[in-house]
Amino acid sequence: MTLKSFGSVLFFLVVLAALAFLPFYAGEYVVTLMIGMTGYVVLATAWALFSGPTRYISLATVAFFGIGAYTVSVLSETLPYVLVLLAAALVGLVVALVVGLATLRLAGVYFVIFSFGLAELVRQLVTWYEVNITGTLGRYIFLPVTSDGIYWQLLALAAATLLFSWAIGRSRLGLALKVIGDDEVVASHCGINIAGVKLALFSVSAVIITLVGAIQAPRWTYIEPSMVFNPTTSFLTLIMALLGGVDRLWGPLLGAIPLFLLFEWLSANFPNHYPIILGLIFIAIVFVLPNGVLAAAERIFSKRRGVTVPAANQGGAL
Amino acid sequence: MTEILTLSGISKRFGGLTAVSDLTFSLKAGEVVGLLGPNGSGKTTVMNMISGFFAPSQGTIALKGEAIQGLPSHRIAPKGVARTFQLVRALPSLTVAQNVETALAFGRHKLWGRIARERALHHLEEVGLAGRAEERACDITYIDQKRMELARALATEPDLLLLDEWLAGLNPTELQTGISLIRSLERQGMTILLVEHVMDAIRALCSRCVVMNAGRKIADGATDEVLRDPDVVRAYLGDDHA
Repeated sequence: MTLKSFGSVLFFLVVLAALAFLPFYAGEYVVTLMIGMTGYVVLATAWALFSGPTRYISLATVAFFGIGAYTVSVLSETLPYVLVLLAAALVGLVVALVVGLATLRLAGVYFVIFSFGLAELVRQLVTWYEVNITGTLGRYIFLPVTSDGIYWQLLALAAATLLFSWAIGRSRLGLALKVIGDDEVVASHCGINIAGVKLALFSVSAVIITLVGAIQAPRWTYIEPSMVFNPTTSFLTLIMALLGGVDRLWGPLLGAIPLFLLFEWLSANFPNHYPIILGLIFIAIVFVLPNGVLAAAERIFSKRRGVTVPAANQGGAL
Repeated sequence: MTEILTLSGISKRFGGLTAVSDLTFSLKAGEVVGLLGPNGSGKTTVMNMISGFFAPSQGTIALKGEAIQGLPSHRIAPKGVARTFQLVRALPSLTVAQNVETALAFGRHKLWGRIARERALHHLEEVGLAGRAEERACDITYIDQKRMELARALATEPDLLLLDEWLAGLNPTELQTGISLIRSLERQGMTILLVEHVMDAIRALCSRCVVMNAGRKIADGATDEVLRDPDVVRAYLGDDHA
C-alpha cells in the first residue's frame, strides 16, 4: 500500500468514525437530517453502480425502495429484525432478477420508460392487494429501532456501498462494464457475457436500494403506497448522481449532499413551487454539467495547469 | 492438414432478403484465405455469422469440428475466434493498452493484472504501436485505431482470425506494412479469413480465395485461377469484360 492510498484509507475511516459519533453531540434534528441525507447518498451511489457504466437510466429506484419498506411493514411483527432485513434484500433480489432477465435487452429510452412503468406497476399492485385482499391501504410499523439506530445502519450501508463500488472499479467486472458502456459489439466479441454482467450489477444495485427502503421504514411508523412508491425518489436519486458524476466513485455522494440540503430548504420554504424548481434544477444540471461537477472541476483544474484534457464522452452520461 | 472452420450450407435471411444462400467452404489450419465479392454480396454477413454476431437461418458452422452456429459471440470468442470490424470499433473511453487488456481479461486465458499488461504491450509492439499504450483510444488516428483493433484481436491468441477490410484506407506505405504484418501472423501458423477489396493485398497474401456474388459462392480455388474465372470477372466488371 502506498503512502497516498494509506492516507486515503485513514481519511475515510476518520470521517466514518466522526459521522458515527454524530448522534452523541448533535441534536435530534441533525440526526433526522442525516438519515435522509445518508439514505440519498446510498441511493445515488447504488444507482450509479449500475447506471453509470452501462448508461442505462433507471427510474425503478423507488420500486425497490418501496419493496424494502413494504417487506418490513409486512414482516416486522413475525420475524426478528435482522431476518426482516434479510427477507427484504431477498425479495429485492428476486424482483431484480426477474425484471432484469426480462428487460435488460431493452436499449436506451425503452429501458427508461420500462423502469418508470415498473415502479408504477409495483405501486398499483401493492395498492390493489392492500385494498382488495387486506382491506386496508396503510400499514403500521412498530419496531424498537431508534433514529440513531437507523442512522448507524444507513451509515454502515453507505460505507459498504462505497467500498463495493470502489472494489468493482478496480476489478475485471469494472472493466467489463466500461467496455459494455463503450461498445456492446466489441464487448461480446471479447468474450464478455453482457446480459450476465448487467444482470449481476442491476441485482446488486437493486438489493442495496431495497435495503435503504427497509432500514428507513421504521422511521415513518405508518406507510402507504403513495408514500414509499413516490416517483420523486427515483428522480431525485437520478439527478443527484448526475450532478456529482456517474463515472466516479465519489460523484454520486458529492451530488447527493448539496442537492439533499437544497431540496430540504426548498420544500420547507417554497412548498408550493417545489416541483417547478426541481424541474428547473434538473434541466440546468443536464445542460450545464452533463458529466457532473467532478468531471467539470477536473477539466477546469487541469486547464489552469496547462494540461490538455481529452474531452471524451461529452454528454455521455445520458 | 486439419480443418479449422467448416461452413456447410449456411443461409441468412433478413425478412424477405436473402443475404447469404447455401454457402459451403472450409479453411484448413494455417491457411490465409480471401473472401471476395462485389459490394453487398454477403461477405460481412458471413463474417458476422462465424463470429456469432448473427445466427445463420440455416446450415452449420463447425470450429475445429465443434458446431458453433447460433452461439452468442461471447461464447464463440473464447473458443479461438477473433475479428476486426469493417468500420473500426475502438473503445473510446479506455486507453490503447486497456483496449487490448480487455481481450486478455475475458478471452481464453482470463489474464488480469501485470501479466495482462505485459502481454498487451507486447501485442501493441507487434502491430507498431510501441510506446502508445497510455494514449486514449479516441485520440489516435484512424490507422492507429486499426492497428489497435488488430492488437486486440491478436491478444486472444486466436486459432482463426477474421479481418474485415482491415487493409482498406491505408496509403501505399502503410499497405506494405500491413501486408508484412499479416504475413508474420501466417508464419506463426494462424488461420486467417480476410474480406478485402485491395487486389494487391489479396494476390500477395491469399493462397486461396472464395468469391461470392449476391449471397452465393461463385468460385473457390487458387487465387490466380479464381481471379481469371469468367464468372468472377463478370460479377465484378459486368458481361462485356468476361
